[in-house]
Amino acid sequence: MNALPSGSLARSPGEPLNVLWLQSGGCGGCSMSLLCADTPDLPGTWRDAGIRLLWHPSLSLETGVDVITLMEDVLADRLRLDVLCIEGALLRGPNGTGRFHMLAGTGLPMIDWVQRLSAKAHLVAAVGSCAAWGGITAGGDNPTEACGLQHEDEHPGGLLGESFRTPGRPGTRAEWPVINIAGCPTHPGWVLDTLMALAADALTPADLDALGRPRFYADQLVHHGCTRNEYYEFKASAEQPSDLGCMMEHMGCKGTQAHADCNTRLWNGEGSCTRGGYACISCTEPGFQAPGHAFHATPKIAGIPIGLPTDMPKAWYVALASLSKSATPKRVKHNATADHVVVPPAIRRTRLK
Amino acid sequence: MSTTRLLVGPFNRVEGDLEVRLDVADGRVHAAHVNATMYRGFEQMLQGKDPHDALVYVPRICGICSVSQSVAAAYALRDAAGLTPEGMPANGRHALNLMLATENLADHLTHFYLFFMPDFTRPVYADRPWFAEAHARFAPLQGHHARQATAARQRWFTILGTLGGKWPHTQSVLPGGSARAIDLAERLRLLGKVREFRAFLEQTLFAAPLEAIASLDSEAALMAWWQQAAPDHGDLRLFLTIASDLALGDLGRGDGPCLSYGAYVQPDGQPAMRGGVWDAAQGLSLPVELAQITEDATHAWLDGDRPLHPHDGQTLPDADKPAAYTWNKAPRLAGRVAETGAVARQLNDGHPLIRDAVARTGTNVFTRVLARLLELARVVPLMEDWLRAVRPGEPWHQPTPLPDTARATGLTEAARGALGHWLRIEHGRIANYQIVAPTSWNFSPRDADGTPGPLEQALVGVPVQPGETTPVAVQHVVRSFDPCMVCTVH
Ligand code: SF4
Ligand code: SF4
Repeated sequence: MNALPSGSLARSPGEPLNVLWLQSGGCGGCSMSLLCADTPDLPGTWRDAGIRLLWHPSLSLETGVDVITLMEDVLADRLRLDVLCIEGALLRGPNGTGRFHMLAGTGLPMIDWVQRLSAKAHLVAAVGSCAAWGGITAGGDNPTEACGLQHEDEHPGGLLGESFRTPGRPGTRAEWPVINIAGCPTHPGWVLDTLMALAADALTPADLDALGRPRFYADQLVHHGCTRNEYYEFKASAEQPSDLGCMMEHMGCKGTQAHADCNTRLWNGEGSCTRGGYACISCTEPGFQAPGHAFHATPKIAGIPIGLPTDMPKAWYVALASLSKSATPKRVKHNATADHVVVPPAIRRTRLK
Repeated sequence: MSTTRLLVGPFNRVEGDLEVRLDVADGRVHAAHVNATMYRGFEQMLQGKDPHDALVYVPRICGICSVSQSVAAAYALRDAAGLTPEGMPANGRHALNLMLATENLADHLTHFYLFFMPDFTRPVYADRPWFAEAHARFAPLQGHHARQATAARQRWFTILGTLGGKWPHTQSVLPGGSARAIDLAERLRLLGKVREFRAFLEQTLFAAPLEAIASLDSEAALMAWWQQAAPDHGDLRLFLTIASDLALGDLGRGDGPCLSYGAYVQPDGQPAMRGGVWDAAQGLSLPVELAQITEDATHAWLDGDRPLHPHDGQTLPDADKPAAYTWNKAPRLAGRVAETGAVARQLNDGHPLIRDAVARTGTNVFTRVLARLLELARVVPLMEDWLRAVRPGEPWHQPTPLPDTARATGLTEAARGALGHWLRIEHGRIANYQIVAPTSWNFSPRDADGTPGPLEQALVGVPVQPGETTPVAVQHVVRSFDPCMVCTVH
């Protein structure tokens, strides 16, 4: 358990939310994604929401000594840190030394900085699946001993340990685990909504799911709102990339199991993975980087996909699938294996009833 | 002469982690050592994987040029499958070009407005005549043009929302084309978005039609254009004003060969921007001999003490290696250091303005940034052409079954320069995967012969003002390359 930040540094109502954003073992994509937030004036949106960026590696002027001074001010209780945002996995290697990522200019491993700053922060947020679970950086044989802030894949622990908690706004007696704004990258809306809700004191630990993800996006499935739902219903399946059919049966799609609102809160204006013609690889889920099969193909046993929809008993799935396949309309069947509509919906000559 | 040592870091507004060690004497940099301080190990992670998995992994090397990484991987897989660029359906070729161009131009925009220009809003320049205007436009999170550019960038990336599902880390980039077929209405809406971006460039950045900028054919023509209006009329003019006041053309000079693989494959298989190795001494663009590319790990925390071709390359961390100071290997071309980037692309493609400017002053802070802005003017019209050429209803990709054994290469251009992937498949699995990124070239450490990399050379002689801990001129030089450290060390 983390010592409470000193009372003199408590944020009073009306004061901006001080956010420090650091990057470790990631690709910077979560930051680049954030810049795609759907607003005509991103800095204005932050300011209006009461979010103050103390420092961000891509967006701030300060370089070198100025940044180190700022972090030392936080450590010495001279500067209030409301939210510490970490993007990228925490690199513990080689052999636990953390030398795979030394914070430039400081001669110290980034994991040291993150541990010390976390102890001062009122809230700690993992931005992206790398910081949440280790993510893609923990792929293969995990050569860098990468982990997340409070998880290693789905296992609690990570850099800060299972029991790590922060107080949120002092006086509220809340105990916060690391907030896991998971996704690879994470959606700009997920980050912005989380920070705006925190600035407005509108989020509580109860608003996080069992994996620490904000429920406003994690209580949904990628499957919801997918444009291929009609194909799914009839098990009319895509056989190759760019086909319009459902990608669950053959193409490796995990949309029925992946917690995220990608098909109702679209990406970059109008996209999602499934709308882009390729499978959801469940990038918000712990361990997505190691599915145990090639990403682009659905693993099956006796012709039945292993990864069935989360809430569906296998026997029911098999029964419904064979029934719906036999009932597939010609239109749905043909369009499923084409990249554009080859059989349009019929036009009735009489009024619709 | 007394030498003092400066350690500069964390170096921000670059992608990834960078530390620069400077030996300073008599108010100038005497020697520089460039350290990429973070290692993730993608080349190790990919070992043994299904080759297609590279299309999920490699874009995640970098969140700023993820499509470039995807395209390089897709081209390597295409090469492994034995499919030529001409063999791809035309729509697929256009879609890949469009996605790559969208990202490259966004990188140029982000670099100029959010990464490079903010340094001119530092207090050290408060007495310059252009300062107030530069501050009003480019101050981080405040400048009104920086904010408008961020909004333009957000709108611009909706093109990738349509063509690629999402950005970064789109997976619609395939060896045989694109997984996303677009229909007629989408094609028209995309054209509308390109025009919207064109309007931002023509109003705010250039204050001129793109074609007028692209047709400037000499430094004299550029100077004449600059003087036609007020010195801050449009952000390019303001940049020229600042560049001339601060003599950015004398800062961060490079004279070595400039490498480009060529960008944006056309129907005949040839790139819209021709590649080559620009030889400054001869004023000639020579063909790239891929067999002459090596990587040397002498000063990297990686095993290996002799230069290896990427097909034979290896990546095994050794954090205790003596004499090492970075995670970056040293790529060399026939044993020589090479610079890459927009300036290399424009030199090899033969753009007269860049050839003229570089002939006079070499590559430098000014010509590197100018070449990037010029690309914004040159590539947007190409995108309009590709969009007009796509044929909804025709195929978007060609299936590419892979052989069990292959040696393949995927070459493309990221915004920051030449990107190559070298892939070996054995027993249907990835047996070796080596990546040589643009910043690996530009931010290369010393090699076995002790020859410093391009940035290490360009920093020599750069002025350091008394009391400076993070010399501003050093920052201009470093950021003129728009380094991408996560790609460098992958
Ligand atoms: S989660 Fe994905 S996008 Fe974010 S830093 Fe990691 S690799 Fe990049
Ligand atoms: S659709 Fe799936 S893989 Fe794509 S962003 Fe959403 S959760 Fe991630």
